[in-house]
Amino acid sequence: MAKQRGAIVVDIERCKGCELCIEACPTSVLRMERKVNGKGYHFAYMEDPGECTGCINCAIVCPDGVISVYRVKVEA
Amino acid sequence: MSIHVKSMDVKDIIKKENLVYKKSPLMTDNVLSYCPGCGHGTVHNIIAEVIEELGIQSQTIAVAPVGCSVLAYEFVDIDWLQAAHGRAPAVATGLKRVMPDKYIFTYQGDGDLAAIGTGETIHACNRGEHITIIFINNGIYGMTGGQMAPTTLAGMVSSTSPYGRDVSTMGNPMKITELVAQLPGTYYVTRQAVHKPSNVRKTKRAIRKAFENQTLKKGVSLVEVVSNCNSGWKMSPVKSNKWMEENMFSFYPLGDIKVDGELVK
Amino acid sequence: MKKELRLLKGNEAIAEAAIRAGADAYFGYPITPQSEVLEYLMMEKPEERTGMVVLQAESELGAINMVFGAAGAGRRVITSSSSPGISLFQEGISYIASAELPCVLVNVVRGGPGLGTIQPSQADYFQATKGGGHGDYHLLVLAPASVQEMADFVPLGFDLAFKYRNPVMILTDGLIGQMMEKVELFEQIPRATEFDQDWVATGKTPDRERNIITSLDLQAVQMEKRNLRLQEKYRKMQAEVRFEEIACEDAEYLIIAYGSSARVCQKTIQQARDKGIKAGLLRPVTLYPFPTKAIQVLTEKVKGILSVEMNAGQMVEDVRLAVNGKIPVEHYGRFGGMVHSPNEVLEALEEKIVKP
Repeated sequence: MAKQRGAIVVDIERCKGCELCIEACPTSVLRMERKVNGKGYHFAYMEDPGECTGCINCAIVCPDGVISVYRVKVEA
Repeated sequence: MSIHVKSMDVKDIIKKENLVYKKSPLMTDNVLSYCPGCGHGTVHNIIAEVIEELGIQSQTIAVAPVGCSVLAYEFVDIDWLQAAHGRAPAVATGLKRVMPDKYIFTYQGDGDLAAIGTGETIHACNRGEHITIIFINNGIYGMTGGQMAPTTLAGMVSSTSPYGRDVSTMGNPMKITELVAQLPGTYYVTRQAVHKPSNVRKTKRAIRKAFENQTLKKGVSLVEVVSNCNSGWKMSPVKSNKWMEENMFSFYPLGDIKVDGELVK
Repeated sequence: MKKELRLLKGNEAIAEAAIRAGADAYFGYPITPQSEVLEYLMMEKPEERTGMVVLQAESELGAINMVFGAAGAGRRVITSSSSPGISLFQEGISYIASAELPCVLVNVVRGGPGLGTIQPSQADYFQATKGGGHGDYHLLVLAPASVQEMADFVPLGFDLAFKYRNPVMILTDGLIGQMMEKVELFEQIPRATEFDQDWVATGKTPDRERNIITSLDLQAVQMEKRNLRLQEKYRKMQAEVRFEEIACEDAEYLIIAYGSSARVCQKTIQQARDKGIKAGLLRPVTLYPFPTKAIQVLTEKVKGILSVEMNAGQMVEDVRLAVNGKIPVEHYGRFGGMVHSPNEVLEALEEKIVKP
């Protein structure tokens, strides 16, 4: 059985810290970084990358298009 | 098994060949001028994706309104005209009448479309212009600082209804989308949202249909997107979306209102 | 269509000339005394003759913004209205001027202010020549004095509008709009098939950047730059000044009048000369640019100037600026829809200019 693994890349400097991606993530992968970016916003990161399935939910609700999503199929 | 899968290094996943999603290449590199969590950016990206997927960049001309999205032309890489407040449907009429085979769409907020532009909106819909109208409804004037709009809910607080909208003196919230759906000139009228992934997917299908309809030349396709204005509503983006679900959707229910020229019962 | 001699109303001449000038679109809204423009166009089926689009809009606001849209696509667009409707146009005209779009606007002026009357007037001179809407801008203003000029100024208007990427106004009035005269119509000019100007919004192709038609610059320094560019354009537009001098060679007294008023004043000059008063007439054909230099030349030769307008005294301000106090300048005119007679003008000339 094939399983999907995913990972995201956040364009940190363009993230506005709205947290909509965190709400959208079905596997609770994302958290807000305590640090802030150049504009003073907290930004999203993968706290639990092992749970990411690459479903792209976080990326499509991101108003600023800062999330790119990668996905691989892994043979069980 | 799962241990093996989970232990896979992120670096091995983040490779060019594994990329499954990034923002549309038709979105420019300009940083969006919208507040954190604002639905405008999401809808911009959906429009860019639809134009890219339909391969119609060279045939699409957009009309930007007055409001927060006045600078929409900075963000989507297509030809744009920036219209006076409310006049976008008339500008789009001018464009479409001289270029009947091009894809023409307006992008308008509720103050622009449902207040000052009511005349232009209703008559473009009544003439059955073969255009697409993208209507962002957040029940408030966002750019000028959260004043009451025609769409502001009864009792809703805004900077010009600080004690809540009193419908006995300030008028009732207006469902202009249902109103124009009654006109024979509209072909497709739907109301969507973009606060959740499932809604984003539905909105994309709606906007795609609204663009494809232009080739049929059967009238206006209007997609209303109920959206948040967390700055105007004075809430966090996440809270404003919850508030929207609990308060806006009961008055502005999501779903198709008119499909292929027929009202949905 | 070949050259043709026809008997037409001024408004009909505008409409027929629009078709023949190769216009791509007309958007308008009915208002007296110019409704014949839209009526004639609808009757003529220009869609069949040349492919020209004609659409009755829901309002003047609708019409002028349709003009904005079609002009943004690089098309030759024309609209017409009369004073109260032109006031409604002003928002759109300001945007069109700022976005530097070419178009031809016709104002068949009636008496104002407010709903006023449906009779002819020249009371929109300030509005037409000083801008009209908000912001620093100018229209190029043509003032026909005959049905022939109503026709001829349409293609001229398009040429100037595209030369300067600026709205051109044909400022006429209900008298010329409703009057019938013999007119020699020019041959059909084919509609353009290519719209390859580098600024048009016709769809972004891979070989160019996206085109943005806008009147907005949020950064003040950018908006100042746009304004400087506009002012430079208006400076260049001064070369388009047009005027007619009638009996000015030996004139001791000068009447300045445009459009319908100039026709009346032509008779006044004859009457004055019959009485031994050497009067001449300067007729500005362009009101913006204004024939300031021609007036300055004549100022050296004449004893006084009477500006005769169907208004309470508007162009007279531009005449006084040109004359700069060197000789007496007075205004005469009936207004509110009244048209002065040659006798009334002669009386005024004698009272205000000759006698003192």
